[in-house]
Amino acid sequence: MTDLTSLTLAEARKGLAAKNFTSLELTDAHLSAIEKARVLNAFVMETPDQARAMAREADSKIAKSDAGPLAGIPLGIKDLFATKGVRTTACSKILGNFVPTYESTVTSQLWRDGAVMLGKLNNDEFAMGSANETSCFGPVGNPWRREGSNTTLVPGGSSGGSASAVAALLCMGATATDTGGSIRQPAAFTATVGIKPTYGRCSRWGIVAFASSLDQAGPIARSVRDAAMLLRSMAGHDPKDTTSVDIPVPDYEAAIGKSVKGMKIGIPREYRLDGMPAEIEKLWEAGAKWLKAAGAELVEVSLPHTKYALPAYYIVAPAEASSNLARYDGVRYGLREQGKNIIELYENTRAEGFGAEVRRRVMIGTYVLSAGYYDAYYLRAQKVRTLIKKDFEDCFAKGVDAILTPATPSAAFGIGEKGGADPVEMYLNDIFTVTVNMAGLPGIAVPAGKDAQGLPLGLQLIGRPFDEETLFSLGEVIEQAAGRFTPARWW
Amino acid sequence: MSVDAATVRRIAHLARIAVSEDEVPHLQGELNAMLAFVEQLSEVNVEGVEPMTSVTPMQMKKRQDVVDDGEIADDIVANAPATEGHFFLVPKVVE
Repeated sequence: MTDLTSLTLAEARKGLAAKNFTSLELTDAHLSAIEKARVLNAFVMETPDQARAMAREADSKIAKSDAGPLAGIPLGIKDLFATKGVRTTACSKILGNFVPTYESTVTSQLWRDGAVMLGKLNNDEFAMGSANETSCFGPVGNPWRREGSNTTLVPGGSSGGSASAVAALLCMGATATDTGGSIRQPAAFTATVGIKPTYGRCSRWGIVAFASSLDQAGPIARSVRDAAMLLRSMAGHDPKDTTSVDIPVPDYEAAIGKSVKGMKIGIPREYRLDGMPAEIEKLWEAGAKWLKAAGAELVEVSLPHTKYALPAYYIVAPAEASSNLARYDGVRYGLREQGKNIIELYENTRAEGFGAEVRRRVMIGTYVLSAGYYDAYYLRAQKVRTLIKKDFEDCFAKGVDAILTPATPSAAFGIGEKGGADPVEMYLNDIFTVTVNMAGLPGIAVPAGKDAQGLPLGLQLIGRPFDEETLFSLGEVIEQAAGRFTPARWW
Repeated sequence: MSVDAATVRRIAHLARIAVSEDEVPHLQGELNAMLAFVEQLSEVNVEGVEPMTSVTPMQMKKRQDVVDDGEIADDIVANAPATEGHFFLVPKVVE
C-alpha cells in the first residue's frame, strides 16, 4: 500500500469510499507522521485519542453509507479556533490553559461533515505576524530548505503551523485565518494552496478575534480541489455572526476543471514594485502565459491606491485589535498577575501575558483611537480603505473577472532574519495580500514555481465578491501547468 | 507625527499594559517607526470620501428580542483564574 499520508484529500476520499483503507488507518498514518515531525513545531497540541475516536465513528458511518463529504479525513486546526474541551490559546501566554466550553462554527461544520481532528496548530500570537515567530510556543519550521543548506526557514504566518503541517504531509488539510495575508503568504512559502474567501463567507463565531472587519477563515490544502472541498464545509451562514452572509454556498468542487475561456484577467501595474526579484517577475509572466494558453484574455489594469493599503492596514488592524484584546484582563479567563489594585492587576497581567508584537500593536491601536488623534489616523485610514475598495470595483466594472498578482515579494526567509530592527520590514511581506482584506475580496494563493535556491513561490488570484468559484477554476489551470511540489524530507 | 517618552507612558497606561522605565526608549522607537510608515497616508486626497463602515454592503441583521441563551453560569466561570461560586474574584474596587 502506498504511504497514506501522500494522498490528496480527494484521493483519500475515493480510497475510503472504495474501502481500500479505513479512516483509522489514514488517521494513524498521520498521527505517526506528526510524532516524527515534532522538530517542525507545527502542532501545539496533539489529540490522538480524540482523533482515533472520530476516525472510528467515521468508519462506522462509511460502512453504513451514511458518510458526510469529509468523512474520515484527518485535519489540523489552527489554535485560533475554539475547540470544545480542547485547549485553545491563540498561541498567547495570556490565554494560559483556556479550555473552551463551546466549538467554533467553522470547526463544528467540519465535524458535522465527518472530518477528524488531529490536533491544534501553531500560529503567530493572536495571528499577529508574518513568520510564525511571535507564538508563545516558539517558531515553526518550514519543511522547505534552500538547496544544499541546513538553515531552518520560516513557514510564513500567521497560519505557519497550518502551512507547515500540510506541506510536510502531517494532515490532509488545515483550517487557517487571514487578516492581512495569513493564509496566502504561508501557503506561498510552503507550496500549498490557501484561499481567503470573501468577507462574510465563513462565520467568525468562536474564532479568537484579531481585527474583526478583516478576519476571515479559510483552508490551507495540498491541491486546489482539496481547498474547494474544505471551503464548502467551512463556509455558510451563521446567525451567531452578524457579518456572516446569508447566501447559498455553491459546490466549489464543480468549478474545478471548468473552462476559463474568454475570462478577462487583470494584471495590475501597481504591483510591479521597484526592486522586485526577477524570479517573482518571471513567475508572474509564466502565470499570465498559462492562463492565456487556457483561453483567458489578459488586460493591464490600474489599482492606483495599492501603495496605501499596507499603511492604512497598520492603522485599522491595530485599532480593532486594541479594542478586541481589551477582554484579556486577568479576570474572566487565562493568566492573572497580581497587583495592588485592579488597575495594576490589569496592567501586570497584560504586560506578562502579551508578547512584544502584540503589545506594540495594542499600543499603536490605542494611540490612533485616542482623543485628538482619531480623525488624523483612524478616520483617514477608513477613508483610504473606501478608495482601495473602489479601485477594485472600477476594475471589475470594466468586465475583469479576476486579477493575477504574485503572492509574496520573496520566498521564505530564515528564522530571525527579518523585522529585528524595524517592525515595518516584516510587515512588507503582506504587500500583495493586504489589499484583498481591505476590500473584503476573495484571494487564493497557488504554488507556481521555485526560485533559484529551490524554494517555492506562489501566485495570487483576486476575485469579485463571493465569486470564489472563478478563483478555483483559474487556480486549477495554474496548478495543472505548474504541477504540485513536495519538499524533500529532512525531519 | 511622532511620540515622546511621556506619550509612550500615557498610551501604555491607556492600553493597561505595565511598561518599565527602561522599556520606554525601545517602544518609543518602534512606535515612531510605525507612525513614520503610516505618515504617507497624509498625501492621499480624501476630500468628500466616506469612511468605510462595512466592507460588504449588507443590512445589519437583528435578532429576535427573545432569550435564546443562558443558564450556563458554570461554563462562564469555568476558565476564570479566581472565582467564588458563580462570581469572578477581583481586588477590592470600592472602599
